Amino acid sequence: METQNQISINKLSKHFPVGGGKFTALKEINLNFVEGEFSGLVGPSGSGKTTLLNIIGSLDSPSEGEAIVLGRAISKLSTKASAKLRKEELGFIFQSYNLLPVYTVYENVEFPLLLLNMSATERKNAVMEALDWVGLIPKIKSKPPQLSGGESQRVAIARAMVKKPKLVLADEPTANLDAENSFHILETMLKLNKDLKTSFLFATHDEKVIKYLKRKISLADGMVAKDEYISK
Amino acid sequence: MIRFIIKGLLRDSHRSILPIIVVSLGVMLTVLMNAWITGVMGDSIEFSAKFSSGHVKIMTRSYAENTAQNPIDLSLSNASELEASLNTEYPDLTWVERITFGGLIDSPDENGETKAQGPALGMGIDLLSENSEEIDRLNIRNSLKRGNFPQNPGEVLISEQFSQKLGVNPGDEITLISSTMYGSMAIANFKVSGTVAFGFAAMDRGAVIADIEDIRLALDMYDATGEILGFFNEGYFDRELADALVMDFNEKYSDPNDEFSPQMVSLTDQGSLSMMVSYAENMTGIIAFIFILVMSIVLWNAGLLSGLRRYGEVGLRLAIGEEKGHIYRSLISESVVIGIIGSTTGTMLGLFFAYILQTKGLDISGMMDDAKIMMPTIMRARITTETYYLGFIPGLFSTVLGTMLSGIGIYKRQTAQLFKELET
Ligand SMILES: Nc1ncnc2c1ncn2[C@@H]1O[C@H](COP(=O)(O)OP(=O)(O)OP(=O)(O)O)[C@@H](O)[C@H]1O
Ligand SMILES: [Mg+2]
Repeated sequence: METQNQISINKLSKHFPVGGGKFTALKEINLNFVEGEFSGLVGPSGSGKTTLLNIIGSLDSPSEGEAIVLGRAISKLSTKASAKLRKEELGFIFQSYNLLPVYTVYENVEFPLLLLNMSATERKNAVMEALDWVGLIPKIKSKPPQLSGGESQRVAIARAMVKKPKLVLADEPTANLDAENSFHILETMLKLNKDLKTSFLFATHDEKVIKYLKRKISLADGMVAKDEYISK
Repeated sequence: MIRFIIKGLLRDSHRSILPIIVVSLGVMLTVLMNAWITGVMGDSIEFSAKFSSGHVKIMTRSYAENTAQNPIDLSLSNASELEASLNTEYPDLTWVERITFGGLIDSPDENGETKAQGPALGMGIDLLSENSEEIDRLNIRNSLKRGNFPQNPGEVLISEQFSQKLGVNPGDEITLISSTMYGSMAIANFKVSGTVAFGFAAMDRGAVIADIEDIRLALDMYDATGEILGFFNEGYFDRELADALVMDFNEKYSDPNDEFSPQMVSLTDQGSLSMMVSYAENMTGIIAFIFILVMSIVLWNAGLLSGLRRYGEVGLRLAIGEEKGHIYRSLISESVVIGIIGSTTGTMLGLFFAYILQTKGLDISGMMDDAKIMMPTIMRARITTETYYLGFIPGLFSTVLGTMLSGIGIYKRQTAQLFKELET
């Protein structure tokens, strides 16, 4: 079954130097993802979710083994090449939204497009479309401090989605949200996953998120403990 | 992207206002200090130039070696001929003859017996010709204390202090006892028309100011002069021009084998003035350097603080695929913008205060009752072309340097490490 894997992780380990020795955060991980998945890394705190997500996002590199993301071997990417991968193919959503406070909602969403070669009109269309997906057109002129947590995270989703990346990596996106808002943003992401075929990979231990996942990969002590597809 | 950054700068006052204020203040101080030092030093230099050194001065070679003794026996002869050729060859300067001489002043009583006597420092200048610039140059009219300005040959001014010491009043006769250019004894009578006080001891202790023609007569100096002083018509001493002039003149006129041949020296070749001129020149450089240092440190720390505030932004920009180097460079571009704004504001503020100090001046006569050095009593700033750009360079430089230092942390660290720090 040689279907084109979007992400393929082979015998990936990650060690961190601690004191004199080293701490193994990930141990011989093997995982494959195809296009359009809606999956999540779950597990207790310290199990290695963020570490793995960061490696897939080319923000970090493996100590051993390899992660091939959209055809690129992460361990072999130069800083330039990894920046290019993030710029063109990946979207990130953070627990803390990370919106730029002095810019409007519109400008925050536009931000990633400024690195791409796009005309002003193309950018405008893309930003409006992304804001439409998350239902924030009425708020385009607002600045982040005026938004609720749920609205802020929706801006962050629009920002991650605006360049229509192949893969969105979301680290604890609901950690600061209440049930209602979590529900909203998950519905939004699910819809984008369906409409645009964007793959989503979460790192979370939030039950509300886990309920939505189509594939749940449980990590424990840096190893894959369970990898289950959930049919709904 | 640049528009985006500028927008951010404009909206985030923490990011812009604090550094702009710091830079403005620093630039303002630099500009002001520069104008002040240039002004005060320049005025002091001009002051000395006017009273004794000229911007350049011509004497015989041997006179030049013995200036301290006012050796009129070593004076320049054929002065009018030399002055005429100076006027044609170097019309950018005004040339004036002066005779500085020593002697005794004797104040007789009504019987012609000596009442009082004192050593005098005499100055023979062009007092009487109609368009003499010397009177203004030496600020004589404003220095007049008692009596009148000399109107006729034979009338002299003496310093107020001296007049009191001798018990001489305007209208009284005094006798000058000195020696002629040829070494014989000279005795001449003058009428004191008035007294003057210049505000510095060198002149106030025992000055006699007479018309140069009277002195020529008294000291047997027909067509001779101790010194010919040259003043740039521009009004200010220019070191380079003066040096070139000195070279040129000495080449043409000075003969090392003839001790009576004329020799030109620049203001900077005369005593402590050279020190003063280089002090004025160096001081500005030193101030600019200290400023760069201090501002860089301040802005480095300000940069660190705002850098911390912006960790989220840097993390995000890394995540959306901006390269580290690009982020670093854009932080520097920001600092360039801030540096330019701050430096412009600071320069304008500095110029404003310098202008006030230039027009109003600071009166220090109260503190300088009996100063030993020749110094003007009102200190003024002076705005030169330099003043306009001088603060700019360190202002911009220190802002950028400060950002470079504070941003280096971002540049040096691994992306992953940085990102982790940014996330928290
Ligand atoms: N740079 C580092 N140096 C040393 N140890 C690290 C480093 N980064 C992560 N670790 C360790 O690796 C382990 C996995 O960390 P990771 O952040 O991936 O956990 P996580 O599953 O995301 O936890 P959480 O749910 O709390 O976010 C932890 O024990 C952590 O202390
Ligand atoms: Mg985590």
